[in-house]
Amino acid sequence: MPVAPLALEVHALRKTFGNVVAVDGLDLEVQAGECFGLLGPNGAGKTTTIEICEGLQEPDSGDVLILGQRWSSDERALRERLGVQLQETQFSEKVTVEETITLFRSFFRRGPVVDEIIRLVQLDEKRGARVGTLSGGQKQRLSVACALAGDPELLFLDEPTTGLDPQSRRQLWDLVERLRASGRSIVLTTHYMDEAERLCDRVAIVDHGKVIAIDTPRGLIRALGAEQVVEVELAEGAAVPSGLFDTTAGVLGSRIDGPLWTLQVSAAHEAVPAVLRTLESAQLSLTELRTHTPTLEDVFVSLTGRHLREQ
Amino acid sequence: MSESSPKQSAWNPGEGGSSSPLLQLTLIRFREFLREPEAVFWTFIFPLLLASGLGLAFRSRPGDVAKVGVLTTAPGAESVRAALTGDSTLQIVSLDDSAAVTALRIGTVALVVVATDSERVEYRYDRARTEARTARLLVDQALQRKRGRTDAVQVSESIVSERGSRYIDFVLPGLLAMNLMGSGMWGIGFSIVDARKKKLLKRFVATPMRRHHYLASFLLMRLGLMVIEVTVITVFGYFAFGVPMRGSLVTFGVACLLGALVFGSLGLLVASRARTIEAASGLMNLLMLPMWVASGVFFSAGNFPDAVQPVIQALPLTAVVDAVRGIMIQGLGWAALALEFAIIATWLVLSFGIALRIFRWR
Repeated sequence: MPVAPLALEVHALRKTFGNVVAVDGLDLEVQAGECFGLLGPNGAGKTTTIEICEGLQEPDSGDVLILGQRWSSDERALRERLGVQLQETQFSEKVTVEETITLFRSFFRRGPVVDEIIRLVQLDEKRGARVGTLSGGQKQRLSVACALAGDPELLFLDEPTTGLDPQSRRQLWDLVERLRASGRSIVLTTHYMDEAERLCDRVAIVDHGKVIAIDTPRGLIRALGAEQVVEVELAEGAAVPSGLFDTTAGVLGSRIDGPLWTLQVSAAHEAVPAVLRTLESAQLSLTELRTHTPTLEDVFVSLTGRHLREQ
Repeated sequence: MSESSPKQSAWNPGEGGSSSPLLQLTLIRFREFLREPEAVFWTFIFPLLLASGLGLAFRSRPGDVAKVGVLTTAPGAESVRAALTGDSTLQIVSLDDSAAVTALRIGTVALVVVATDSERVEYRYDRARTEARTARLLVDQALQRKRGRTDAVQVSESIVSERGSRYIDFVLPGLLAMNLMGSGMWGIGFSIVDARKKKLLKRFVATPMRRHHYLASFLLMRLGLMVIEVTVITVFGYFAFGVPMRGSLVTFGVACLLGALVFGSLGLLVASRARTIEAASGLMNLLMLPMWVASGVFFSAGNFPDAVQPVIQALPLTAVVDAVRGIMIQGLGWAALALEFAIIATWLVLSFGIALRIFRWR
């Protein structure tokens, strides 16, 4: 049996808009059948990257191989094999769910029947409803439905849950998980950590147009080396010596951001008393103390020194 | 059932699930249009209201009377008034100085008679107004006859009110052509700019959809609507005002078809790059306004100076108006309208070709 080609191969991709560098030498490999996440803050170059992969933008330089084919030579064949969901597509409000999906289905040579798509995205009750009457979550599922019309081998989802309420997000996650279980490759972008952790087999962390880390969500978190994260918030205005926790027992790394210290620790039950003793001897009072298991957010902070969603 | 995760192999192959993309795109066009009540009103109802209004305002009025004011403060007012009352073609009102000025200004009387003394009258009126000149002739004739002037020539009259020579016969084909222009340009232009703004164009481009199918679906919708529009307006004109259809229906059909296509293509051209409705709107007005004024919809394009005639004759709306009017009212055939058809075809090829070339899909 021949080795299946990679779902996506991106090499040294570059794209500038005027003097803004959106994508700056980005490399990626996505395995067939994998759900791959591009994680990064707004403006990191995720959408530009994914739109180049979708054949909607031209890169300045670099090489993109999709399902073993190239846009320059195989555009028509590729269009039949991909499912694309864009950020911010607004479908015609006067047209019903079923009519919209039927339209998209008609563009593809092969694919599931319309009823089946509607059932998969759980819009059965809304099939006759006009798009204008749908909720945000329902519109987003319609958008995914249209991307499924050609039974794609590779599905691109660009920030599928941005702006949705928690319940709608979970519904969409369930849908993505069902799609992943059906064996197709998925590339999704997100700036939500929990989304990437829950849905993706592997995650590339993108910042300033480059991949700065790439691994499974667990692997990225494990590389942090910490078992627990302790956040300590000090009273405003206190003069804080830098390197305050450098010698505290059990603290592996620390970072200060205003009054907030973020400490990576090996074991919370040993580190927290030591942290409290350090504060006491420095005569600092704390206003809040939290611990949590590390997340991709902590990975991002430790890699870039910034939070994923500033403000 | 919904709990099971359907495997890729569980999809039924889509035989019967898929149909022609061009058909689906065109169906969507019609649905979008018919589900927009305002669009239906402007396309079908408005031209009928306009035609009815104009037809009533400019209907042939056999018993028409001229409204004439007599200035009461003038010395001979009473004798003039006496001389004019009783003339069935005149309606007399007495006015003082300020009322006379106002009445002339706002057009409630066409002419004011000032009897300066028993032997002299002065007519105050605007020579540019047809009804004022008519009133002057009628008043003068009535006064002169009262003082004993006799007609030197014996006159007999035979009144003509032939279908095809009234204002409604002139204006209805004009409205028909104007409607083809308006609905073609607005209908197509706005839908496309809207789809571009909503990133729907980009989303379509991300599928295997053929781009010419997308553009063709707009022209097909226009042709479908054109048949309805044209039928409604001509049938209404025929039964409500007796506007004739003297030429061949085939020639007429081809003229309307070409008209719908040429304005549809111009709509595509206007929308080919615009990113906002405002930008498209400005371009549309820039293109359409000169044609509304100059192309002979409401009055003959011949009223404009000779120097600009070549330009006016080359406008697409002028060609469509002349063709439709020529066929309906004069019964002209292919040979007589060859120039008009050539002008329309040229605009069609140019605008569609350029639109395809410069169209912005993203």
